Amino acid sequence: MHFADGAIPAEYLGYVRKKNLWILGGVVLLVLLLIVSISVGAVSIPPYDVFLSLVNGSIDRINAFLHPGAAVSVSNTDLIVWNIRLPQALAAIVAGVGLSVAGVAMQSILRNPLGSPFTLGISNAGAFGAAVSVILLGTGQMHSTIADAVTLNNPYLTTMVAFVFCLLATAVILLISRIRGASPEVMVLAGVALSSLFTAGTMFLQYFADDTQLAAVVFWTFGDVGRANWQELGIMTLVTIAACLFFVANRWNYNAIDAGDETAKGLGVSVERVRDIGMVVAALVSAVIVSFLGVIGFVGLVCPHMVRRLIGDDQRYLIPGSCVMGGVLLLASDTVARVIVAPYILPVAVLTAFLGAPVFIYLLLAGYRR
Amino acid sequence: MILGVDGVAFTYRSAPVIREITFDLRPHQILAILGPNGVGKTTLLKCMNAILRPKSGSVLVEGTDLLTADRMEIARKVGYVPQRCEAGRMTVFDAVLLGRRPHIGWDVTDADIRIVEAAIRMLHLEDLSLRYIDEMSGGELQKVSIARALVQEPRVLLLDEPTSSLDLKNQLEILGIVRRVTTDHDVAAVMTMHDLNMALRYADRFILLKDGVIHAAGSPDVVTPETIEAVYGVSVTVERYNGFRFVVPLAPESA
Repeated sequence: MHFADGAIPAEYLGYVRKKNLWILGGVVLLVLLLIVSISVGAVSIPPYDVFLSLVNGSIDRINAFLHPGAAVSVSNTDLIVWNIRLPQALAAIVAGVGLSVAGVAMQSILRNPLGSPFTLGISNAGAFGAAVSVILLGTGQMHSTIADAVTLNNPYLTTMVAFVFCLLATAVILLISRIRGASPEVMVLAGVALSSLFTAGTMFLQYFADDTQLAAVVFWTFGDVGRANWQELGIMTLVTIAACLFFVANRWNYNAIDAGDETAKGLGVSVERVRDIGMVVAALVSAVIVSFLGVIGFVGLVCPHMVRRLIGDDQRYLIPGSCVMGGVLLLASDTVARVIVAPYILPVAVLTAFLGAPVFIYLLLAGYRR
Repeated sequence: MILGVDGVAFTYRSAPVIREITFDLRPHQILAILGPNGVGKTTLLKCMNAILRPKSGSVLVEGTDLLTADRMEIARKVGYVPQRCEAGRMTVFDAVLLGRRPHIGWDVTDADIRIVEAAIRMLHLEDLSLRYIDEMSGGELQKVSIARALVQEPRVLLLDEPTSSLDLKNQLEILGIVRRVTTDHDVAAVMTMHDLNMALRYADRFILLKDGVIHAAGSPDVVTPETIEAVYGVSVTVERYNGFRFVVPLAPESA
């Protein structure tokens, strides 16, 4: 079969341009938000100074990297920007991007609008792992400092145990789906069951914990992007970028699966394999973020749906759009969380739903953008 | 010969569903697979592009055995239109563009877009091309699904009950398109059908399935009162009108 070539329709190209403009607009918004986020806080720094510090600091650091021994000039502003606010803001962006892209992939893979790292029990498995670490392995401890009432005396072990449990949950879901033949319903239901199981396990452990342990577990559970240092941020960023590239490379496969399993197979997609590998990647990126930052719900579930309302279900735009939306929502939430009850800083997990739910409900009521 | 099916058998949980299915098809031919519900029509169709893996037999398209080929290669040879497809928030153009998936490398090329535009015009969908498919009627969606299979540029088209949810006008239009595609593009088509009269009007080869095996196969002449009664258990007469054959049930089968 061969078609006589048709023309390239101008309206379609215009339509594609419009989608790309939406995503580009989101990126611009994210950059502006980054500068605002760094400028506000206990010490307010004018946005222009933030911009200068970011640009000059970047040049200095590249210079120092290329010519070891070159001096990096450090003012007070630079200290606040580079050591405190930038890592936190970047962690918010990376976590938002990672959770959101995991959510959009899971929704497609599982053919279920409720797919997200949270729904599938991965977050709760992480929380249970942290509880095991704090209560059974004794990695939690009370500190009587004013700024941070509770700290974990061995955050690395807590992170590791949380990570192991996240992967364990994923492995169980995949194993069950292997036995029953990778059907999306089975994966979703197994995830819901696991989620409840881990929640029950966490409650069980908490019941027998003492005050300090209980406080440490609860503290861990509040997802907080201020927790990551540069090194942890580096790991999260690498994993998130790799996952995003993987999902973008699979965008046609997910579009095909969205059209139905049989259509997808007819289009040459090995549906079961795409589903299995996609689940592993989505779970891995969620597990890394959850174990470093704690439980941050809502972003993974809702950002993809917000983007669906704005630019539709086509994965070519939906995946990058969800990444941007995830970064914007989590960074905006974190910025508000840092200033809303200043000088206290709320963990971002408290704010994501506060800020995101009204926006989401508005978009649901408004329907699809024409 | 463009399609050769030889000794295909499919077993579900050790119970045979279809057995010893053998036939071949030349370009321009349309084959209608007939038979009662549950006889294995859809199973046979799915075996032919390896959505289901037959227990034995071979399916050759232009000499390539599809049962040992990889999925992407199959998708370049065989276009499959399932009975139902899901409609997400996607434009008609993008939904059809998805059919280029077996040919797309990293991204869509201008050539892909031109082929999609040509298929959209062929199915008279150009006025709808930027409409979202979740706002379309069953007939329009079926056309999108067929356009998607066409832009795969396959050699064989498989259609699972392509007219089951359509009104009379749409049925005639869809089957007319299948007819045109097979003649204009040297393609063979295989359809499962329930409407015997529509099958007689548009298909030129017939397979009647009974208990998972071929009861009768060949030209329209194999559709006789005897074969219909044997396969469906209904007494009918086959009448001619205006050059078309029609199957007319004699007595309603009531309790």
